[in-house]
Amino acid sequence: MSDLTTTMKPDPMLEAIVGPTPGQMLRKRIFGHQGLMIGVVVLAILVLVAIFAPLLAPHDPYAQSLMARMKPPVFLGGTWEYPLGTDHLGRDYLSRLIYGARVSLLIGAVAATISGVIGTAMGVAAGYFGGKVDAVVTYLINVRLAMPVVLVALAVVAILGGSLQVVIVVLGLLLWDRFAVVMRSSTLQVRGREYVAAAKAVGCSTPRILMSEIMPNIANNLIVVMTLEMAHAILLEAALSFLGLGVQPPTPSWGLMVSEGKNMMLFEPWMVLIPGAVLFVLVLAINLMGDGLRDVTAPENRS
Amino acid sequence: MLNFILKRLGLAILVAFTVSLISFSLMFLSGDPAAALAGETASDQDVEAIRILYGFDRPMMVQYWEWLSNALMGDLGESYYFKLPVSSLIADRLQITMLLGLCGISFALLTAVPLGVAAAIRPNSIIDRVALFLSVAGQAMPSFWFGLILIVVFSIQLGWLPPSGTATWRHFIMPTIVLGYYAMPAIMRLTRAGMLEVLSSEYIRTARAKGASEFTVLFKHALRNAIIPVVSLAAVQMGFMLGGSIVVESIFALHGAGYLAWESIARNDLPTVQALILVFSLFYIIFTFLSDVLNAWLDPRMRTG
Amino acid sequence: MSTPLLSVKDLTIDIPVGGGTLNAVRGIDFDLNRGETLCIVGESGSGKSLTSLALMGLLGGKIKPTATQMEFDGIDLTKANNRTMRTLRGDRMAMIFQEPMTSLNPAFTIGNQLMEALLLHRNVGKEAARARAIELLEKVGITAAASRLSQYPHQLSGGLRQRVMIAMALMCEPELIIADEPTTALDVTIQAQILRLLVDLGREMNMAMILITHDLGVVARVADKVAVMYAGELVETGSAKEVFNAPMHPYTRGLLRCIPQPGKTERGARLGTIPGIVPNLVGGITGCPFRTRCDQAVEACRTDIPHRNPVENHRFRCVHETGHRTAETTV
Repeated sequence: MSDLTTTMKPDPMLEAIVGPTPGQMLRKRIFGHQGLMIGVVVLAILVLVAIFAPLLAPHDPYAQSLMARMKPPVFLGGTWEYPLGTDHLGRDYLSRLIYGARVSLLIGAVAATISGVIGTAMGVAAGYFGGKVDAVVTYLINVRLAMPVVLVALAVVAILGGSLQVVIVVLGLLLWDRFAVVMRSSTLQVRGREYVAAAKAVGCSTPRILMSEIMPNIANNLIVVMTLEMAHAILLEAALSFLGLGVQPPTPSWGLMVSEGKNMMLFEPWMVLIPGAVLFVLVLAINLMGDGLRDVTAPENRS
Repeated sequence: MLNFILKRLGLAILVAFTVSLISFSLMFLSGDPAAALAGETASDQDVEAIRILYGFDRPMMVQYWEWLSNALMGDLGESYYFKLPVSSLIADRLQITMLLGLCGISFALLTAVPLGVAAAIRPNSIIDRVALFLSVAGQAMPSFWFGLILIVVFSIQLGWLPPSGTATWRHFIMPTIVLGYYAMPAIMRLTRAGMLEVLSSEYIRTARAKGASEFTVLFKHALRNAIIPVVSLAAVQMGFMLGGSIVVESIFALHGAGYLAWESIARNDLPTVQALILVFSLFYIIFTFLSDVLNAWLDPRMRTG
Repeated sequence: MSTPLLSVKDLTIDIPVGGGTLNAVRGIDFDLNRGETLCIVGESGSGKSLTSLALMGLLGGKIKPTATQMEFDGIDLTKANNRTMRTLRGDRMAMIFQEPMTSLNPAFTIGNQLMEALLLHRNVGKEAARARAIELLEKVGITAAASRLSQYPHQLSGGLRQRVMIAMALMCEPELIIADEPTTALDVTIQAQILRLLVDLGREMNMAMILITHDLGVVARVADKVAVMYAGELVETGSAKEVFNAPMHPYTRGLLRCIPQPGKTERGARLGTIPGIVPNLVGGITGCPFRTRCDQAVEACRTDIPHRNPVENHRFRCVHETGHRTAETTV
């Protein structure tokens, strides 16, 4: 009997085959995800550029110079004085782009946060309480989806007057639908899990269950929607500004720069291409990050 | 099925009323519509006269009721700028927008669905990567910028296509591509994800176990199930596209309803703006309602349930 | 003895996974004659289902099975192309899956799916296919068969759906039918009915059957041959009589201790359990995979394990000649 117990010990050779810990696997998935890494790096660079704009910008983005109007960028025969040329008022394009990153990122982050708070509150309430609350939230989501975003945003901004604050608040109040939809369905899934039932069984209060049982388990979806809506808000701001009813001149908004460049498009297409390309890269980076986060945290990837 | 349709119809009508209330109250967002209408140079008497002329002195609910009952009769008021009935103004312009929307959604479906299916059949292949690239780029592409690039390349540099106007079908090529590309990524992703999920399902294995050919498996057993959610997404996208046509129409100078909306907003022509918001919302509500019904009909679990 | 209908030698299935290769099935052999029922038993994850899918050529794209021999009625399945496999599947070999709830396509009627099985392989008209479908639905005990044809899967209960799956598998009167845990997902009360039905129909049509299960009670009732699978290996194979009466491998003995046996298990006595879990099969295993849970394990279990063939039609793999540790094998 004694040697039986010794031979029952786990075999060291089989022990060695035990896989990596969940934390290691998550790290491996994150660093192994090309899109996610590209998105994070590009976004980080753009955020740093926005933060250190005053140090990086070679000129004052608002300083006009009649002597230096429409200078071409370096690669089209310009000088290093204005690496990306100047616009129709002689303002340095590079400096305006650098400060424009501040506008886009600020609008994206704040608008997505406002809609995130509204949408998450609605979605979690609908998913957790169900019944009448759910019916009301579903109805509100339907109303919101039925309204054409660009049109309503344009109209409201036009009525209230275009300023950074107005654009941010209007977008924040309009873009909560995806948060509500995703948070509602995530909460519905989590609500039925055993640990929620267990928390109820031991007498936890509803706020406590929502905060410490539900929220941590839907947070990954929240982050994913947050990034995607941030990209959405940035694109919408650019579109509003492009249509001349968003952020007003002389604020350096990328959408506005495209709009201003449009008049010169026939002769100086770079004036449209450059700000649009920067906008595209920023939105692409945020989307890649959002998609990457979704892939990395998706339950089907947890093996 | 009938029960479902009635329920869904009830929701649609409720939503339509709410939207009408919201678009009506836009008028009062600026404070005093009479002052806005009279302009900055108007005297107090003028403002008062306008207030009475347009009936702004009455309680809001009364005004809303009047506006709504007129709207239900097809009378959406008179444009401040054109001095014409808004309904005929919109009806005039809507044709171009509807045409553009139909072209856009067709373009999106015709590219996205085959691409999504091909990508799902061979995950991680070249075609999957191309599809993924197109959809990621499409989601990040500002449509106004994309439109301008097309104009720069195809109108200015190559001289192949007219940059603006609506005279011939060639005028619609670039707007269709821009608008369609806006809807394509979501449809492509949903088709791909749906096909992938369906292809890994057990009934597909059953079909293979029967000896069905790969073609039958893909196009009879799989696509039929994967396409159901795509139908409702396409309807939603169509609704979004009509609302989003404002950007495309302004770039290509297509004088449709979106262009009208842009002009009217810039001119503070509130009755037209209100009516356009209402009309675009109604289109969205009708599309999604019809797609839900179609969906229910396509899915036997709903049809017979 | 005539040549077997199905003959498998050294079947191996490797699955590429994130951290290496999962050696899911490692060199298994078995033969099956016409009209015979082979039961493959084993725990979840032991490779039973993969084995059956490999026979049908239904393993997913990247997974390639290898074997020195895998023949169905003289047709080499390892070399058969998709076209050949397609003509075999559904016609001469059919399969019934574990999950009746998800194994039928929700978008098509029962009739459509039943008839498809026949129309794919026989040059018959729709009317003939319809008649055959009704005939088989009646055979599997479904009442009002004709009216069922226009119903959709979601309108049927799990038990009825599994009957439909059986009818579908029988549409072309296959010579081999593979049933992968056909009753696990069903209510206990109808498990026995469905199994009885399957076995009776199999005998009636003189079909060979591979029944995959982890229910030894089932095996005892229906099997001609038994194959015990553990961690991708067949640790013991033989006629049902031999394996049940004289189990040789410690794992088989452990399994049999887990079920009550009339006349052997005392009333009120505790049933046996096998401690531990199936080992991780990623990245090569040498020696006996069961040694970590085995009460007979010795040092020699880490090395190659010999095949033993004590009597005709009974094989097992163990370092111990009798499956029990003896003085000479204990080192």
